[in-house]
Amino acid sequence: MATLKTLKLRIVSVKSTQKITKAMKMVAASKLRRAQEAAEAGRPYAVRMDAVIASLASKAGGDGASPLLVGNGKDKIHLVVVATSERGLCGGFNGNIARAARVRVDALLAQGKTVKILCVGKKGRNALLRFQRERIIDTIDMGAVKKLSFADADAIGQRVLAMYDAGEFDVAWLFYSRFQSVLSQIPTEQQLVPVQVPLVANSASGGTDAALEYETSEEAILETLLPRNVSVQIYKALLENAASEQGARMNAMENATRNAGDMIKKLTLVYNRTRQAVITKELIEIISGAEAL
Amino acid sequence: MPLHFELVSPERLVKSADVYMVVVPGTEGDFGVLEGHAPFMSTIREGTLQVYATDGATPEDIPIHGGFAEVTDKGLTILAESVS
Repeated sequence: MATLKTLKLRIVSVKSTQKITKAMKMVAASKLRRAQEAAEAGRPYAVRMDAVIASLASKAGGDGASPLLVGNGKDKIHLVVVATSERGLCGGFNGNIARAARVRVDALLAQGKTVKILCVGKKGRNALLRFQRERIIDTIDMGAVKKLSFADADAIGQRVLAMYDAGEFDVAWLFYSRFQSVLSQIPTEQQLVPVQVPLVANSASGGTDAALEYETSEEAILETLLPRNVSVQIYKALLENAASEQGARMNAMENATRNAGDMIKKLTLVYNRTRQAVITKELIEIISGAEAL
Repeated sequence: MPLHFELVSPERLVKSADVYMVVVPGTEGDFGVLEGHAPFMSTIREGTLQVYATDGATPEDIPIHGGFAEVTDKGLTILAESVS
């Protein structure tokens, strides 16, 4: 049986762990609010971008259209971009994204495709290293990024585009976690290249776009728009990811704090029982000692 | 009736207001947009956006970098790559 002293130490240590998890939960909550605001602020741009691309794509989708829109005619090499966080202690967040990516990668491999993996954030890399080590071509470290800006996403976008132009892949997928609520973050896959033309936008701008005039041609506008759209999609995914990560962490820390509380309760019970037993034993010793005299 | 004008960057909605006229630095030359402009779309070069709140007012200058402008019957929307 544990001595009083070791029990006391245990309780103290669990209590300090609980303080840490509680603090982490609070920090995650305040970061979550900021991340959510950033995600919301970025939405109008992405929505309009979708609308414009949808209306343009329906017109300029014919022959000679940009390979970013219709693909380069091949379906051999797939690039999988896996966006995860830089830090752990956020429950199943990274694991879920990595699993979704792995399922897709396995499916592609089963179809006889070549798969290349580009990791954004080191936690996803760690999760994928075990199974897909030889397929990871590079990892983009986001550890230095304090507050995500469009320039950060653009750098990744440019890199993907450069690889596409160099013919290093035919189809690109993007994996991230969509933020639905604090309690649920959904691992999501999205086809990045060629662009999936959004359908919702047609009704939003419908009617008016029939009479739309273009300065420089539709094709020329699409030509500048599509590469930017890749960066915008990545930016959107990273913002969603940031919010999801904080949400997941908040949850995980909430649970950890509760578990620590339960543990303290149990340990305190054992401690008090032991204390009473020790007192009783001492009393018996004293009484029997007195009787013997 | 004023022109509804929105300036959006990837990071946030920079400006949303009802104005009199906006002069946009298009790739093929500047163009002014008044209320009731025909639906129109153009790419933008690096330059300055001039926003006239009312007729004859001193314009508000907003330097923007790349992007495109879209005019619909709902107003003018500018999707800028970056707004300084």
